[in-house]
Amino acid sequence: MQLTSFSFLLFAGGLLILYYLVPRKLQWPLLLIASTVFYLCGGVENVFYILFTGAVTYGATRIIEKNQGKFDKKTAKKKNRVWVILTACLVFGLLAVCKVRFTFQNILLPLGLSFYMFQSVGYVLDVHRGTVKAEKNPLKHLLFVSYFPQLVQGPISKYGNLAPQLFAHHPYDGKQVAFGLQRMLWGFFKKMVIADRIAVAVVALKGPQYTGLSFFVLTVFYAIQIYGDFTGGIDIVIGLSEAFGIRLTENFVRPFFSKNIAEYWRRWHISLGEWMKDYIFYPISISSPMRKLSKSARKKWPNFGKRIPVYAASFATWFCTGIWHGITPNFILWGMMNCVVIVASEELTPLYEKFHNRFHLKEKKWYACFEMLRMFMLMNLIRIVDLFPNVGEYFRRMGTMFTSFSVPFMKLGLTGLDYGILLGGIVLMFAVSLFQEKKGSVREALLKQNAALRYTLIFLLFLAVLLLGSYGIGYDAGNFIYNQF
Amino acid sequence: MDKLIAILSDLHPDVDFETETGLIDNGILDSFDVVTIVAEVDDTFDVQIPAEELIPDNFNSAESLYALIQRLA
Repeated sequence: MQLTSFSFLLFAGGLLILYYLVPRKLQWPLLLIASTVFYLCGGVENVFYILFTGAVTYGATRIIEKNQGKFDKKTAKKKNRVWVILTACLVFGLLAVCKVRFTFQNILLPLGLSFYMFQSVGYVLDVHRGTVKAEKNPLKHLLFVSYFPQLVQGPISKYGNLAPQLFAHHPYDGKQVAFGLQRMLWGFFKKMVIADRIAVAVVALKGPQYTGLSFFVLTVFYAIQIYGDFTGGIDIVIGLSEAFGIRLTENFVRPFFSKNIAEYWRRWHISLGEWMKDYIFYPISISSPMRKLSKSARKKWPNFGKRIPVYAASFATWFCTGIWHGITPNFILWGMMNCVVIVASEELTPLYEKFHNRFHLKEKKWYACFEMLRMFMLMNLIRIVDLFPNVGEYFRRMGTMFTSFSVPFMKLGLTGLDYGILLGGIVLMFAVSLFQEKKGSVREALLKQNAALRYTLIFLLFLAVLLLGSYGIGYDAGNFIYNQF
Repeated sequence: MDKLIAILSDLHPDVDFETETGLIDNGILDSFDVVTIVAEVDDTFDVQIPAEELIPDNFNSAESLYALIQRLA
């Protein structure tokens, strides 16, 4: 059952009505049943993976908590470390097997595998660290692992944030449900009107004949596609969850307004970045061997020695982030390119600051726009490697970027009308983002308008999805890019 | 506290660490800064801050960071 299918809308609508009709203590069991049905619709074999992950992480957290009560803190930590490592090996081992089969045998990945596995292992680590208590009820634990809205493409939630909301009683709140549905509608617009339309041109531009400026256009089109696709999907997921009264963690905060790469990664796919930071970057960078290495290096090279831990941890983090996306060389290259740019910008920060202060650039609006545009272009060039499993081809195309300047826009499978719709959609998306950046929630602002205007705007958006969404023959609107991870 | 303020000011001389209470939430300190602070705290106070304590609440102000150091000392 895909998020953009009619059957999903019926499923979600029916569930929402039932959710507020049943006694409140039955709300979470209802979500568990719904999650099981949703997962079964994706194929019975999928259930094995989620039950395996649920069983392993449930068993591990129960043992870890038992040890914490039985032994002193130091001994418990030592004993539990073995269980954490074993859990991570079992869960990520299965993930690795699935990724290998997906890459080399073209066997589809079970739905949402990377997302719920990372979320579950994060929970085990949190129990080990003592920041959350282990869940005793195996069914509640299974709901935490399998909560269906976030199965498809995240966000990767933290137990401390999600679990209390899942098991709380949620009385009906009209505003909350309306806001959730509005956000879902906005997500459908971004996914079906923008991302799915521009996807046609992206597929065409991947063809080997498109070099020169066409490659540059490909980088921009792909940025628009993936933004509409991923943030649109997340809007549907977060919106639906909001209608249930469960606020999932935000995964995007207008990333294309970022002025540097560190800011970009605080705004794009936030939940994955937070996971990597909490469970890979910090533990490596402050580990005892790293501290010792840094201390001895500082004797010879004071400045460089200080940075060894963060650079080594950045390398490990970006390598893992790369292989999370895929085990082909292009994803590893993607991770390494991000790492290099982050480290370079960190090293160059003092130089930038001198330059900015010398010309008073930080106070100038045009310079802020330049920084955003520069970041957008740079991330486009890095991101586009996603599309080239053969990295040699990626570099060949990039090398031709300024060799020819004609782009056959009308031969990419889109008509003039399509380009018009895309332009309108992108302008609307930009205007909404700008409003959110400057003034805050669009939905709150709409609520202050009179009802006629509000309902007209919502109806127009609904009509736009219905009439302008991409629904061609053989077209599968349900496929989200992040389903493949 | 003065030693801690000196460590923080060395990283970001332009920030008023006596009054700022959103060092993480407002994006003043990033993860690189946090790791540098952990190393400096180790050197200066002989206090090892574990990974589970690297949360925004503990690093949002000099005061909360100082409270963490005192708790772990």
